[in-house]
Amino acid sequence: MNALSLEGVHTHIGAYHILHGVDLVVPKGKVTMLLGRNGAGKTTTLRTIMGLWRASRGNIRFDGKEIAALPTPSISAMGVAYVPEHMGIFADLTVKENMLLAARKAKRLEDLDESRLKWIFRLFPAVEKFWSYQAGKLSGGQKQMLAVARAIVEPREMLIIDEPSKGLAPAIVSNMIDAIEQLKATGVTTLLVEQNVNFAKRLGDHVAVMDDGVIVHNGSMSDFSDDIRLQQNLLGLAL
Amino acid sequence: MTETEIQSPMPARKVTPIWSIEFDLRPILLLPAIALVALPLVGTPSTWLTLTVAGLAMGMIIFITASGLTLVFGLMDVLNFGHGLFIAFGAYVAVATLGPLVNWTGSPELWRNLVALGCAMLAAMIAAAALGAAFERIIVRPVYGKHLKQILITMGGGIIGEELIKVIWGPSQIPLPLPEALRGAVSLGDASLSRYRILAVVIGLVVFAVLAWTLNRTKLGLLVRAGVQDREMVEALGYRIGRLFVGVFVTGSALAGLGGVMWGLFQQNLVPQMGVQVNVLIFIVIIIGGLGSTTGALIGALLVGLVVNYVGFVFPVLTQFASIGLLIAVLLWRPQGLYPVVNR
Amino acid sequence: MLRRLLSNDMPGSRILAVLLVLLVVGLAFGPFLVPGVKAINVAAKVLIFIVLVASFDLLLGYTGIVSFAHTMFFGIGAYGVAIASSVLEPGWQSVAAGMAMALALSCVLAFVIGLFSLRVRAMFFAMITLAVGSAFASLASQLSDLTGGEDGLTFSVPRIISPGFEFAKPLLGVAMDGRLICYYLIFGLTLVLVLAMLRIVNSPFGRVLQAIRDNEFRAEAIGYPVVVYRTMAAVIAALFACLAGGMLALWLKYNGPDTSLSMEIMVDVLLIVVIGGMGTIYGAAIGAAIFIIAQNYLQDLLALGNNAASSLPAFAALLSPDRWLLWLGLLFVLSVYFFPTGIVGTLRGTPERKH
Repeated sequence: MNALSLEGVHTHIGAYHILHGVDLVVPKGKVTMLLGRNGAGKTTTLRTIMGLWRASRGNIRFDGKEIAALPTPSISAMGVAYVPEHMGIFADLTVKENMLLAARKAKRLEDLDESRLKWIFRLFPAVEKFWSYQAGKLSGGQKQMLAVARAIVEPREMLIIDEPSKGLAPAIVSNMIDAIEQLKATGVTTLLVEQNVNFAKRLGDHVAVMDDGVIVHNGSMSDFSDDIRLQQNLLGLAL
Repeated sequence: MTETEIQSPMPARKVTPIWSIEFDLRPILLLPAIALVALPLVGTPSTWLTLTVAGLAMGMIIFITASGLTLVFGLMDVLNFGHGLFIAFGAYVAVATLGPLVNWTGSPELWRNLVALGCAMLAAMIAAAALGAAFERIIVRPVYGKHLKQILITMGGGIIGEELIKVIWGPSQIPLPLPEALRGAVSLGDASLSRYRILAVVIGLVVFAVLAWTLNRTKLGLLVRAGVQDREMVEALGYRIGRLFVGVFVTGSALAGLGGVMWGLFQQNLVPQMGVQVNVLIFIVIIIGGLGSTTGALIGALLVGLVVNYVGFVFPVLTQFASIGLLIAVLLWRPQGLYPVVNR
Repeated sequence: MLRRLLSNDMPGSRILAVLLVLLVVGLAFGPFLVPGVKAINVAAKVLIFIVLVASFDLLLGYTGIVSFAHTMFFGIGAYGVAIASSVLEPGWQSVAAGMAMALALSCVLAFVIGLFSLRVRAMFFAMITLAVGSAFASLASQLSDLTGGEDGLTFSVPRIISPGFEFAKPLLGVAMDGRLICYYLIFGLTLVLVLAMLRIVNSPFGRVLQAIRDNEFRAEAIGYPVVVYRTMAAVIAALFACLAGGMLALWLKYNGPDTSLSMEIMVDVLLIVVIGGMGTIYGAAIGAAIFIIAQNYLQDLLALGNNAASSLPAFAALLSPDRWLLWLGLLFVLSVYFFPTGIVGTLRGTPERKH
């Protein structure tokens, strides 16, 4: 059963043709890694899924429903949480305001689910520590934590995260890995774009590789990890 | 699960709890600074006090009209060059409302005056809000994102609106006398402080308080503040920001209507071009304050009010250029305005 | 030959060509075709506005700068001639001196404004020029010693162009006087200036301006110093507006804040350039003609309608000749929506530029 599937998706940005027919399946309840060189079109794919950029051709189905033509808020309301490459933190707002904003069902801070918040604090202690601080003052790693914390403040069907480990110190990366492993255990479908190979290898159940706007490989992570030659061909390096 | 030590190379700075954000006090300090500089120039403390209150009142009225415009720009990058229309329309509707209430405005009892005024202001706000909704739908919505067309079409809308006002109410001046109990002044020592101006300052503070509370303490306000910074992300979080925008635009128009009534009372008469006249000042104020910032609009408006009044007394010839001079001075110090909103 | 004269910027549409020919012929023989003071006044105003609006088109349509301070230069030109002729002995020398000073002042101000436009966002710039334009207008009425304040300045012009100077007996019912000479002087100047502007916008310089208008970043990346080009465009536009102002002063023998500096004129110019067609120069010509003629003669039409509808006062108020700006504003808004390329652009079939 696939949570998300893309068929023949093309995306144009202005005059530039970025996606040339992307076919991608994201299995339900698993972590799918989207790998590829810089400029391959990974971020564009995520943005197209979220409706931030319109697909010029092709189908995108989430939970069986066609979402390619839906506006971004509708897609998000279907239970998709998105953490963009630039994290999307509202710098002038406090950490708690960022969290409140992401919690669609909560009208005030008191409405946030206590136990869920406690779990998030355990995963990302920085969020608790800097709760009343202006989000813009956090370090890069802490912002990244906040961005993911925001995405999970309420239960979601699917998480889409663009480069969660980008620019993070190694100790924090392992923090992030712990967090996503815990999320995985809750059964959330996850689609991650990643450059960090260890990260990808440890977390991914499935892997899709992208190059020049198309998916060039799609399969299980275990098969991919074992095949050194395939890795070298596709990525130019061994995982 | 082991708790990993969070490494933060740069500790985050503690914040003052009032607004939950770090507050930059320097621009606010400009206000007393300018007031103090003006004191020796004006000469007598009583005149200075009168001018200061007049300046603050004028500033408050400008702030009320400008606050909506700055939020609309910050939120959706839409600049309404026809904003003056809501100001004028509000004022004219208020006059129409006060017509039948002559007994109440003529009465020497303050409470009656205030009730009558309150009715007029409410009517003005509702009318301006309705006009704002129509304006947004017909004039503004088709040109989101196209700046040149926005400038042209909102100007055009403003012109049409002004002409329609002339059609309905005639092209000449209409008097708007102050209610009985609000005329005249209160003496504070040697200084004479106009009663109405004191009321204007109070109303302005109330409006600011309501705005500040809504923006900082409600989820709606949170959405607006977030939207001003990163509209796309707010949509990605699942909120239809388009609807929010209409709400902000309509609120801004209502506030402009209120400001129009107050401006009309300030001048004690109305002309159809009054909106255009104030428009220029409003633009100056929101640029000084920083596009998108309500606090900035307040400080900017008060600064302009003070400066215009002081200069008008000390160097009358330069009055028109006073606000522009202030604008240039502020932009040289902070090119993005006093409280720039973080750009997306 | 015609091609070279028009700098290869042919009308591009038969209807447009016909309109332009009618315009030129009408203006050339106007005083003889429609005798009377009103007609020649309207014609002169058309000529002056053609130059003014075309200069604004250079700024807005070709360079993409929205400046509400443009009529400032119009006023400077007019006041330059007016003040010089009032302070000095009326005559060609004072006219020349006044014009020269006005051009110099315009040059400097335009230079500053042009530079400033690059430091701030377009929206900012539009707002600030609005403020500056208004302030300048009131400054003119404030400096009453120099400018005659609200009342303005009335002055004498060189003898050869003053109405009293009769050089021949009336021909075809038209007085052969200085006013006629003045008219044809303005006609000649307008022709020269418009052709000059056509030459400028169709030159390599003009093409760079359009490149900058369409994509500033790319133009800079290709290697054109945007700063230099935009500032030059601002200065050139200002100079043409200034000359138009001088012509206005010579014609009216009077100048005041409302005649040349008011925001109303700025708004009129904006409306004309959009309805006529931005970025075409011809649009300025056609638009100005339609506008000025309508402004003067349509009001009579509206007055008729007003009288006819007098039984329905509300409706009559809409048709009052004073409210003609309402209809123009409506036309303007409709034009922005449905005819974004203006009259000329629509006649030529120019597709709308996608930003």
